[in-house]
Amino acid sequence: MSLLQIKDLSVTFEGDDGPVHAVNNLSLSIDKGQTLGIVGESGSGKSQTAFSIMGLLAKNGRTSGSVLFDGQEILGAPAKVLNKIRAERIAMIFQDPMTSLNPYMRISDQMTEVLTLHHGMSKRDALVECTRMLDAVKIPAAKERIRLYPHEFSGGMRQRVMIAMSLLCKPDLLIADEPTTALDVTVQAQIMGLLSELQRDFGMATILITHDLGVVAGFCERVLVMYGGRVMEEAPTDPLFATPSHPYTRGLLAAVPRVDDEDAVMKAIPGNPPNMSDPPEGCPFRPRCTYAVDSCHTMPPLEPFAENRARACRRPIEELSA
Amino acid sequence: MSPLLCVRDLSVTFDITRAGDMPWTAPRQLHAVKDVSFDLEAGQTLGVVGESGSGKSTMARGLIQMVPAKGSVMWRGETNLLSLSPRRMKPYRSEIQMVFQDPLASLNPRMTLGQIISEPLRTHHPEVSASERRKRVAQMMERVGLLPQMINRYPHEFSGGQCQRIGIARALIVEPKLLICDEPVSALDVSIQAQVIELLKELQRDLGLAMIFIAHDLSVVKNISHDVMVLYLGRVMENAPKSALYAAPQHPYTQALLSAVPLPDPAAERAKKMIPLIGDLPSPMAPPSGCVFRTRCVRAADDCARILPLPKDPVHRVACLHPGPVRASELT
Repeated sequence: MSLLQIKDLSVTFEGDDGPVHAVNNLSLSIDKGQTLGIVGESGSGKSQTAFSIMGLLAKNGRTSGSVLFDGQEILGAPAKVLNKIRAERIAMIFQDPMTSLNPYMRISDQMTEVLTLHHGMSKRDALVECTRMLDAVKIPAAKERIRLYPHEFSGGMRQRVMIAMSLLCKPDLLIADEPTTALDVTVQAQIMGLLSELQRDFGMATILITHDLGVVAGFCERVLVMYGGRVMEEAPTDPLFATPSHPYTRGLLAAVPRVDDEDAVMKAIPGNPPNMSDPPEGCPFRPRCTYAVDSCHTMPPLEPFAENRARACRRPIEELSA
Repeated sequence: MSPLLCVRDLSVTFDITRAGDMPWTAPRQLHAVKDVSFDLEAGQTLGVVGESGSGKSTMARGLIQMVPAKGSVMWRGETNLLSLSPRRMKPYRSEIQMVFQDPLASLNPRMTLGQIISEPLRTHHPEVSASERRKRVAQMMERVGLLPQMINRYPHEFSGGQCQRIGIARALIVEPKLLICDEPVSALDVSIQAQVIELLKELQRDLGLAMIFIAHDLSVVKNISHDVMVLYLGRVMENAPKSALYAAPQHPYTQALLSAVPLPDPAAERAKKMIPLIGDLPSPMAPPSGCVFRTRCVRAADDCARILPLPKDPVHRVACLHPGPVRASELT
């Protein structure tokens, strides 16, 4: 049985101008210890997917479908059930480590809170455990620095604190929502290296949400590519990069700036991302797709076409390379 | 002939006073930019790369007196921009225009697209008639890929990429010779980034613009620059023609930056070796002696703490006492 199994998840927001369908019929599953990347640009629905797993949607959000965590339905579950799962089984880290930490509390106080509240640990034991965890995320002089306030840390160090905090309860699943987007490249490299190491050591399943294909390439075993609230393509990492099967994935790969190839030129995808309160009919990528045909006015289903691979596109793969 | 822009020893220093300081306490000084020199020819792009706190934006602002700067900034070999009073600087402001990072925040939300794009024209060329102004705005909108019917809409109705096009149109309407782009694509989606870069390259080709293109990583800069300059703690670490810098970087910091860029290629990314940076960025209030990068450098030796490294080769400028290709022992 998979650790997390999502079936036909849809997320809709009631807005002033009518409903916004942020996520449509998303299905995914992730096993213990696996790493899954969800790649997409702004408005693709990648973060809303994560928020709905965690029960963190905005008040005007409605969900349908099913999210089974370890066999238990958690979509729309009461706060009491969710709180227990969020405290012990699933942890999440966010893009901006400064706004995720309480600026008025010392790191020691906000970190130990997790253990004293959820595990009934004594303050003293909790402090020892937290210091150990800060050591594990390679914060130098953890023993002294645990007494500091968040603003006394750099961006990269704050993200390390967040990671340490999320690992305190030894979660089975870690959801990382753009954990390195706000950081410098050198710090990003350190944090991603750290996450891989911890993922290996703790054996937790990880969902990495990002817009950066480069970050996914080094970290994930499997990738889901989203656009306009829908899954465009799903594949293990290596074949996805070697033979992308969807025009959007191809476009995205060609648009990434590269330093490893002397003559590589970035190729833009024409047009603009869809306005989600007035999305295009059918396939959301259709208006920007050079391969679009008339039948794209209805959404093609996500269909398996090779081992562990699925795509939502009507044009045969052979025609895409032409 | 002298280059369009010739910058020598540009420094920007901020006075820092702390709460509790007495009125007579001398303020402490923060050298945000120190002794930056470069030349820029018409039609060329200088890419400026550095991490947060490297002084790249401050350097650009110092060039045009948006922050007080010292040194010399010779414009067409004739005028030192830093010696001009605000009134005498004004005509040069239409020759040097800027595009900013946050496309939405840099546009006035209460002005229509037409008003935004025509504003610099009204400021710098009040003699232009209203009908001529409308004509030029329409031409410029077409030039940057905005539709004519958008002219009466407000910034919030546009996507990030479109807002950046508006920002570019606003900068170019006064026909500048130099365009300073301060992280113009950092806030945009990958597929839109490439659009904006293509547009800027096309405009440069057609209008013969010189550009200073600021970014926080080396991957974006590679596609648009002729020369690349790497800054760290306000000092130039390496400055070279693009091909030389990417093919054979000499400074350990450039090498570390390059190795940190994630590759969209799973096998290569997994096998990749990194050049580590030791520790954290030092406080800019108390930069290390000698080479400012030495505290984080895998190659640092004793002399790095004593001697300020100065570039030797005038074309491939490297501020390092021990320059050279990456050594196998430095990789992890």
